[in-house]
Amino acid sequence: MMRSLRVLGLAWLLHVKMMSRSAFDGLMAVIWPLFYATVAFFMFRTGHGSSSLGPIGLAAAVMGIWTAVSVPASSALQRERWFGTLELLVVAPRNLGLILLPITLAASTIGLYCVAGTLIWARVLFGIHLTIIHPLFFALGLIATVLTIASLGFLMAVSFVGSRRAWAIGAALEYPIWLVCGFLVPVSLLPGWAHPISWALGPTWGMRTIREAAYGGAPLGPLLLTLALAGVYLGIGVVVLRIVLDSARKRATLSLA
Amino acid sequence: MTSLRVFFLGGLISYRALFSWMTPSIFFLILVVQPVFQILLFAYIGRAASVGSDEFYVVGNAMQYAAVPCLFAMTQTIAGERFQQTLSYILISPAGRLPLFLGRALPVILNGFVTAAFSLLVGGLILGVRFPTSVFGPLAVVVLVATLSCTGLGLINAGLGLRVRETSVLSNLLVGILLIFCGANVSVSSLPDWMAAVSSWLPLTHAIKAAREVVHGSSLTDVQGLLGRELGVGVLYAVAGLAIIRFFETQSRRHATLGLA
Repeated sequence: MMRSLRVLGLAWLLHVKMMSRSAFDGLMAVIWPLFYATVAFFMFRTGHGSSSLGPIGLAAAVMGIWTAVSVPASSALQRERWFGTLELLVVAPRNLGLILLPITLAASTIGLYCVAGTLIWARVLFGIHLTIIHPLFFALGLIATVLTIASLGFLMAVSFVGSRRAWAIGAALEYPIWLVCGFLVPVSLLPGWAHPISWALGPTWGMRTIREAAYGGAPLGPLLLTLALAGVYLGIGVVVLRIVLDSARKRATLSLA
Repeated sequence: MTSLRVFFLGGLISYRALFSWMTPSIFFLILVVQPVFQILLFAYIGRAASVGSDEFYVVGNAMQYAAVPCLFAMTQTIAGERFQQTLSYILISPAGRLPLFLGRALPVILNGFVTAAFSLLVGGLILGVRFPTSVFGPLAVVVLVATLSCTGLGLINAGLGLRVRETSVLSNLLVGILLIFCGANVSVSSLPDWMAAVSSWLPLTHAIKAAREVVHGSSLTDVQGLLGRELGVGVLYAVAGLAIIRFFETQSRRHATLGLA
């Protein structure tokens, strides 16, 4: 148990350091959502006036966590394959899941830079002041959102292991998740068939927790759901990883995708 | 004849080489699925914010997405050569630089055109925005002019790719700037004055405005001023791009840094 936690902790730290120094995974993860946040601020200011911008600032900030995860997570195994380290990681005595999870967790942590960056951007350029009613739940909500997005990223990473186009799938999923999780658009505005998809996604509940905590609602229910979904994604991810690895070993295709 | 051959064949081979990493399925995900979702995202944000119509976002975002292939593919024609370690061979060849790089721009322009036209069509179909068939011809001309001018910016980006290693970051930054400034989702009149002033010097701004006017029934003659300005901006960027390529090529030769960026 302690060894597993040590692997998780050290690998997380290593990947946070590497991603922080990468212009694409670090800098772009912070800047890219700011473009969308800026457009959204202008749109809502034109439509509803400046008073509506608080929740938009919050949503735009959380969107960045998903941006930071979507491409790096989906292409995590592909990248190891390019580096020539995938086989070494697979034959290492530790479970590959323990090596993969810190990658998506690190990407998700980088997303926190974006949360801070967007909130500062919103305050400095658009004069949006955020008042948080339940600071503790707000912090817990952020941590839970990071965890659920990291777990979703982990599930994506193991699901796309056999695909050469993993990064493109991750990139193509960026907008749909922003849309369906109700970051900037209320889920009620989406077509009915999209609602169950939204409910099955952890970021939806993470965003709801953060909103309820900031504006004085009931954040406990969504917080528990966010964490529960993170656990579900991890569980499914572990099973999928076992199946994928067994198949790759049997067919000797680990390095071929 | 040699220049024409370099222009057409060189451009075609370079474009096909892009697909060594960009398989058709990746093309589908990035240049078909993603622009449609960008249109949906902003159309729904527009609904939530009670601003603009679906048509406004379909036209704006379809046109804006033309920038993605124009910027990325154009840059990749240089960055990709460096990655494959073939850049030096190209630059020591006696081929004229103008046909060499403009030839590579031609397929990129067609690519951007197809992406924007497809997004316009599919985005419109999904959101129930119907365009009269009479606007397709003029709209195609506007899209073509927009992709031409974006490719001008792409040439600048490609030139910087001789010096900057993180070309994809640079391309993303430019796409983001265009997203805010060129009036795809926020009309230029709603932007602060300084931003509106900047936007008129960027590719796409005039083309997006022209496309919206065409959709509302204006003819090509009515929007020729806008198209002229869009083309002018594109030519300005293309000339600057070729100058930057020439400058950095010379610098790279002088300092022996061609493959080092």
